[in-house]
Amino acid sequence: MKKEKFGCRISHSEPGPGDGGRTGSWRVKRPVIDLEKCIPAKTKKAACFTCWLFCPDGVITKTIPPTIDYEYCKGCEICAQECPVGAITMVEETVFITEEK
Amino acid sequence: MPSLQEMAKKDGAFAGGHRMCAGCPVPIFTKMLTRVTDGYEIVAGNATGCLEVASSIFPYSAWKIPWIHTAFENVSASMSGVETMYRVLKKKGKITKPYKFIAMGGDGGTYDIGLQSLSGAMERGHDLVYICYDNGAYMNTGVQRSSATPMGASTTTTPKGEQSFGRQGTRKDLTRIMVAHNIGYVAQASIHNPVDLSEKLKKAIELDGPAFINLLSPCIPGWKIAPDLAVEVARLGVETKYWPMYEVIDGEYKINYTPEKDIPVSEWMFLQGRFKHLQKPEYKDVVDAFQQEVDRNWNWLVRQAEAVKLLSTEAKN
Repeated sequence: MKKEKFGCRISHSEPGPGDGGRTGSWRVKRPVIDLEKCIPAKTKKAACFTCWLFCPDGVITKTIPPTIDYEYCKGCEICAQECPVGAITMVEETVFITEEK
Repeated sequence: MPSLQEMAKKDGAFAGGHRMCAGCPVPIFTKMLTRVTDGYEIVAGNATGCLEVASSIFPYSAWKIPWIHTAFENVSASMSGVETMYRVLKKKGKITKPYKFIAMGGDGGTYDIGLQSLSGAMERGHDLVYICYDNGAYMNTGVQRSSATPMGASTTTTPKGEQSFGRQGTRKDLTRIMVAHNIGYVAQASIHNPVDLSEKLKKAIELDGPAFINLLSPCIPGWKIAPDLAVEVARLGVETKYWPMYEVIDGEYKINYTPEKDIPVSEWMFLQGRFKHLQKPEYKDVVDAFQQEVDRNWNWLVRQAEAVKLLSTEAKN
């Protein structure tokens, strides 16, 4: 078999994000960052980022202030648990659904 | 130690939106693999397990690095083959970039099924890092007992009931088995401390030879805990001395973290649903036996570390 012919038959997958689909739909509670308490947002310096380090889904960015990608956030609450100043609170997803309506 | 700012500049190896359970702490270390070292290309191999199943459902993949999936029993054998091929190609001058190889497996694929291939790879001295994420049972197939399951835990093959209190006997200490292979670097780490973990990963990857890291990684459905508690339970596992964090460099033990307070191990146990039945007064002797086992292991470890200190001061004198 010619190499070109063989090459086009190989299955190939691009790495994510989103190899599990829109995992944000798993979420029951949504993490919301309070920018008045958050250390990088308050000091305007690249400090802390504990949430970015711990987030198992890698949806929290290392920008100032940090943002959360709700498309893939599963709402596991690890960021809220680990935040040293308690800047992340979990809000019921139903609140946002009624707001959107 | 790789500083957080340096780590933040690099791209992670693992993309978000994968199918691991909400709150599973395993991706905390997979994200880190490419961040901890400079100038190395990382190639990873994965034994069958939660991590493999959840990150690579055909035709999707969460891995941004070259990644191989092999069966439960032979990830170390596959990766040692890959590593040997790399050495041959490097000798012939076909590859110039420096590569490092990582094998990953759960406790089922490491403690039980993959132990002989792991032992072989370590004994042959391949330049390979094996990372075992220990969640204490075959969680992927539905919580069957493995030899890493702690005493008293209720699993589907060792259920609690009138005749049984759960898993009988004590767990196997794989880290000590790996120390007995006389390899350059063996460490026990926990997922709750990414700074210590990144340091250990850096040491293991940069070492020219085999290395092994055993990682405590709580499982949400298997340990029957809330998703937000995974990191907290791992932290308490270290604080209660159930999972001491230590490293063994060329056979010399060093304890990385000594808990300040003596917390009874029952505090860690009763956070989890799998030990909940042991709260009954008739199972007090099981909890006591568990505590004795934990104390014995810790005291043994302290003696090893003290012996190293003593020998080094004698050598100076």
